[in-house]
Amino acid sequence: MAHEQHNYLNHQKGIWSWLTTLDHKRIGIMYFIAIMSFFFLGGVFALLVRAELFTPGKTLFSADVYNRMMTYHGAIMVFMVIVPGIPAIFGNFVLPIMIGAKDVAFPRLNLMSWYMLMIGAAITGSTLFLENVDTGWTFYTPYSSIKTGLGVIPMVLGVFIIGFSSILTGLNFIVTTHKLRAPGMTMNRIPLMVWALYSTAILQVLATPVLAITLLLLIAEKTLGVGIFDPQLGGDPVLFQHFFWFYSHPAVYIMILPAMGVISELVATYSRKIIFGYTAIAYSSLAIAGVSFLVWGHHMFVSGQSEFAGILFSFITMLVGVPTAIKLFNWIATMYKGSIRLDAPMLFAIGFMFLFTIGGLTGVYLASTGMDVHFHDTYFVVAHFHYVMVGGTLMALMGALIYWFPKVTGKIYSDLTGRISWVFIFSGFNVTFFPQFILGNMGMPRRYYDYLPTFTELNQMSTFGSWLIGTGFLVGLFGVIYALLKGKEAGNNPFGGKTLEWTIPSPPPHENFDKTPVLTGGPYEYR
Amino acid sequence: MSTANHTGGFHHAHHFDSAEHQYESSKQGIWLFLVTEILMFGGLFVGYSIYHSLYPQVFHAGSKQLSVVLGAVNTVVLLFSSFTMALGINYVQRGLKKKAIIALAVTIACAAIFMVVKFFEYTHKFHVGTVPGKYAYTEELSASGEKVTKVGALLAEANKLSVAEREHKLHLDETEYEHLTLLERTKNWPLFFGFYFVMSGIHGLHVLAGAFLIFWVLLKVIKNQVGPEYFTPVEGVGLFWHVVDLIWIYLFPLLYLVG
Repeated sequence: MAHEQHNYLNHQKGIWSWLTTLDHKRIGIMYFIAIMSFFFLGGVFALLVRAELFTPGKTLFSADVYNRMMTYHGAIMVFMVIVPGIPAIFGNFVLPIMIGAKDVAFPRLNLMSWYMLMIGAAITGSTLFLENVDTGWTFYTPYSSIKTGLGVIPMVLGVFIIGFSSILTGLNFIVTTHKLRAPGMTMNRIPLMVWALYSTAILQVLATPVLAITLLLLIAEKTLGVGIFDPQLGGDPVLFQHFFWFYSHPAVYIMILPAMGVISELVATYSRKIIFGYTAIAYSSLAIAGVSFLVWGHHMFVSGQSEFAGILFSFITMLVGVPTAIKLFNWIATMYKGSIRLDAPMLFAIGFMFLFTIGGLTGVYLASTGMDVHFHDTYFVVAHFHYVMVGGTLMALMGALIYWFPKVTGKIYSDLTGRISWVFIFSGFNVTFFPQFILGNMGMPRRYYDYLPTFTELNQMSTFGSWLIGTGFLVGLFGVIYALLKGKEAGNNPFGGKTLEWTIPSPPPHENFDKTPVLTGGPYEYR
Repeated sequence: MSTANHTGGFHHAHHFDSAEHQYESSKQGIWLFLVTEILMFGGLFVGYSIYHSLYPQVFHAGSKQLSVVLGAVNTVVLLFSSFTMALGINYVQRGLKKKAIIALAVTIACAAIFMVVKFFEYTHKFHVGTVPGKYAYTEELSASGEKVTKVGALLAEANKLSVAEREHKLHLDETEYEHLTLLERTKNWPLFFGFYFVMSGIHGLHVLAGAFLIFWVLLKVIKNQVGPEYFTPVEGVGLFWHVVDLIWIYLFPLLYLVG
């Protein structure tokens, strides 16, 4: 911060000014600190789970402890890291700036969303000390409702409150995008990141309430024994799965759409080329959001649903591949004959495309009813959704972190550190999860504590890979601290981006724009 | 930051162009929130319709247990409260402070009446043992070792008494006794009360939340914080209240009449 320019960081001082801030940029940073802490916790659980699976039988913990660690790893990563991750951190920071607004539509609601996430996380986390939960992150009935302990109630209540946070953030983004665009910023000129966040917000608003009622019903089941999921009283445990996946399948796209938005920004900026097929990428986000509501049944091919339902869900599931492929091919077309710079964010973007493609294509296997019977609940599924969610979302998260770091802090993130981090994460990721495809195909079931000795080598390879990933993220964290302490001054536009956030100082002033910008063209006018 | 601009009594935050711009945005936000409310209840409606189609006799016997009169009274009360809420918004917009206060106070009173009626309905259900799921069963087992429902135990006791004694001692009149007998013969009937208590319970929580919100805007009216130039909170709370009423308008026939 040379010559003490006035910006959002020094606009007010003191921890209290942060905790009561209504500035979307500061709230974005608060989300970053919170979510990264959860990520660290979830990551430690992941490393422990993998360590336990280093040898068959007991390696470090009892089966009971293993079940709990696996549950916390899943619940923390899904509900507190990947779902809120990119929208809450980077969406909050860049969305209003990208459309030329001074803030989100409802700043107080925005702060409230952050507190909701904190309260929910605290209640969920409290079960670690009160009564550990061992249901897996899906809380499937009847195990969660009848068999296991009462810890499920606070756990689920916490997730319910986190759901509120998600709904309120989504609502805020939708209204912001509709109502606060700068003059000349038509819907067909908003950056693709905004399109992605907008589609995500629609999903958050429309899907999360169903999770809310499902969790409330689970609490009612456990406290009052209402019988809706209890076969003894005429209920049906499979109904829980239908309700649960009606939210949780769209939730996969809540996780991945913002990542796709990030990739669109990165590919355009680092290829120095006008994005190929702006409209196609924009509307394919909406298409993915729409189709995602109709595919939940593919989680239940083996639940005894009718063959007709299986065929229908199989078909619609494969349909998701169409808008996804539209995006991927448009990115590749954008890169074609571009002046590509392989900076760290671009490496993460290419890593995303590579891993997400593997994740997507193995998804087609699982969408085929016949194949799914073979692969169902094996490590093949574990590998598949880690390729999609981790390979997708976390690669994009790292890319976004390095790309927008100068804008957020005014300091440049060391590109070398970013590249080293990328090498570890990318290679470690493949070493961890590729063997799991093979394990799944060989028949190793997911979630299990123990496995046959034949699977030992592949499991050890997988565990070794998890250490590489862990190292990669630690390098990434080192990069953040190093850049904050010793980073070079960034200037307004270190990477030559064309969207609005690069036209204002870094770090941005308190009200983003001194004068409301007026748009005359689209977002990616390179050449 | 909410460095609100005050120009000519208008009241809009710094990131909006005008008060009207802010009003439109707030209204869109409230409507979106109401969509999420409808979707949340939608899950319950889906569950209800699935089980209703699976076990029509359970829902028939269960809904016979509910008092159509009390349900109808509550429906009328809520419809009337929607009317007074709308009046309240209109009075605030026209700057008729006193009338607005009366209209909003009547709305809160209606919410209170609704909850009192619900209280009597609930306590009676607890009394006769038509409660959800596992609480419908008593801990004791019959001589043959089977689980006995609370309704079953009550009926066994009632059978030993004459009609007059039954009404005096157990507060069961003849029709209620018949309905309970019907219920007892229906397998899985606690499922209906699972839906009844969850659906009407969550709706009841919404009524309470709505009453508190109306009280909050009532204070705003008294303190002159809302008026013809700025009435967004009143209108927002009003919309929420209408949705709470609307949901009841679906719940009433589903729970009380469909059987």
